[in-house]
Amino acid sequence: MSRFEIVRTGASATETQPTTPKNIPHRNAPANPSAKALQEKFGGRVTRVEVIWGETVVFIAPESVKEVFQWLHDDPSQRYDFLSDLTAVEYRDPQVPIEIVWHLRSLPYRRFLRIKAQIPKGKPLEIDSVYDIYRAADWLERECYDMFGIKFNGHPDLRRLLMWESYKEGFPLRKDFPLRGRFSRSEQLRQALAQNPEARYSMEELTIADAFDELPADMKKRLSKGERTGE
Amino acid sequence: MAKRTVEVELSTTGLDAHGRPQRVPLVTNDGGSALAVEAPPGIEPELEGEHMLINIGPQHPATHGVLRLVLELDGETVVRCIPHIGYLHCGFEKIGEYRQYNQIICWTDREDYLNSIGNNVAFSLGAEKLFGIEITERCKVLRVIASELSRIMSHLVWLGTFCIDIGAYTPFLWAFERREEIYRLLEKWIGARLTTTATRVGGMAADIPSGWMDGLRQFIRTFPHTLDEIDRVLTKNAIWVGRTVGLGVMTPDEAINWGLSGPMLRASGVDYDVRKDFPYLDYETYDFEVPVGTSGDVYDRYLVRFEELRQSVRILQQAADRLPDGPVNIDDPRVILPPKSKATSEMESMIHHFKVVMEGPRPPVGESYFAVESPKGEKGYYMVSDGTAKPVRWRIRPPSFVNLAAIPKMVEGHLLSDVIAINASIDIVMGEIDR
Repeated sequence: MSRFEIVRTGASATETQPTTPKNIPHRNAPANPSAKALQEKFGGRVTRVEVIWGETVVFIAPESVKEVFQWLHDDPSQRYDFLSDLTAVEYRDPQVPIEIVWHLRSLPYRRFLRIKAQIPKGKPLEIDSVYDIYRAADWLERECYDMFGIKFNGHPDLRRLLMWESYKEGFPLRKDFPLRGRFSRSEQLRQALAQNPEARYSMEELTIADAFDELPADMKKRLSKGERTGE
Repeated sequence: MAKRTVEVELSTTGLDAHGRPQRVPLVTNDGGSALAVEAPPGIEPELEGEHMLINIGPQHPATHGVLRLVLELDGETVVRCIPHIGYLHCGFEKIGEYRQYNQIICWTDREDYLNSIGNNVAFSLGAEKLFGIEITERCKVLRVIASELSRIMSHLVWLGTFCIDIGAYTPFLWAFERREEIYRLLEKWIGARLTTTATRVGGMAADIPSGWMDGLRQFIRTFPHTLDEIDRVLTKNAIWVGRTVGLGVMTPDEAINWGLSGPMLRASGVDYDVRKDFPYLDYETYDFEVPVGTSGDVYDRYLVRFEELRQSVRILQQAADRLPDGPVNIDDPRVILPPKSKATSEMESMIHHFKVVMEGPRPPVGESYFAVESPKGEKGYYMVSDGTAKPVRWRIRPPSFVNLAAIPKMVEGHLLSDVIAINASIDIVMGEIDR
């Protein structure tokens, strides 16, 4: 049986033992050194750097996502190897653009960095996927697509995750989506029961041999033409 | 007798480079039906390579909630696993955008319901960062006690159900007996067992009652005996070892890249613990070790969690010894309610009470991501405030959601019975995954 070498966090960090941060100022705390490195490396594609409650926020241009993350992941002076979280924020003010937010950790340097990309108003909600760099992005991007309708280009399997695949009401965490849903409770119940989601299999699952025989003819035909996802 | 047919392509499969059975592409003609040949009379068709679709869940005791796994099997070997989640999706994050910060705390009970008081602590710490509040020393120690008690509760449930999944029943009863003691302690302190809602922004809902620490000390003294008993029964048990060793292996690099955290990551040999690496609640002043595994399999996850139980008892002992006197809540009328007796007898206190409850405390414009080490892994709360009493966005970073995303990688190539063991070793809570 294989035994792994133990990976120590903070192996490249200068301070030996981190401590609980105390009395953090609202703004203008010292920034994470990676922010400066990013500005030097990417110049104008890093649009803004902020420090809020001790956390460094770096705004990047949405088209440079893949490049920036690849560099942060691979560069020996950064090594952001752990994608903590990926989500999006839509503000109540409709003029403020939707933001995609990544929370990154560098385990060797014990650093924490928040990257944001704003999708300008009027542009389609699209951004590059970081699936190839961090596999953790797999479900996180699917959830973000499910809840906000943001398309992650390059994700191999961008399906709805928490809602069922044929959910038609829209994207629940958008601000224009009412808290109680778009339809009345009775209509929602009727639709949910009609879906019978437990009896459903995705197209991909139906390619597994035995299930295929029980398909209706039109689905078989669509499958034979190479269709894989969606309904 | 029904005629058996077998697909042409299915009878000619081999193994791929990793020794796993190759996936069979289904070839269809234009009419949409599968190309098929009939087996000659008297000859059984070659069934090797014929794959079967199996659905586990969403209502199945071994999936620990409403998880649904669709498995493609070659014989008993899992070729492909497609997890489906969302059966318990309640829209907590959406509801949070319509609630004040103190009102959200009761929603945090209900996501990871095995660790409810730990979630309360985590959320309050995140909100306090957003408000710029420093809590009192006594509150810090009480929150450490709450977090560690909740870690023990969650690990005991995990241990008990994991035993049942693998076929051992007795340790389940021992574990749940001790868990009941903690619930009794919590009931004395908070008044609730499962959905505690124990914290408030800036303090706790209640200070501990007199005599409570005796109950805690009694628990600290007797709990290690139970651990020793379970240890004696399981750790070197040949059946236990045979059912867990070498299953669902994740290498350190894979585990980091897949975003695993908590005992899952540490079993793979990465000693990342939020309490040590990004400390909060003065965890750096407590003396405890972070157990790390070396083979990243189900057995190492068991060992890591088991050792964490012992370390939690150590932390509890130190916290009980150092609990300082003093107020629990901070002295800040923006967030803290006046005492109930004053609110019903004094005009000023009544207005104060009314304003805090009806309007709600307002944090400055800003955002915070606060992560704690929950029993499942790195649990983060990300809150964005636009200066009003309700957050613009409340995001939960659920550790078992990210851990569960790696299940296809872990089960593929293993037997169907091992899927249950691997799934149990992730320690999932569907309330947290679906939110």
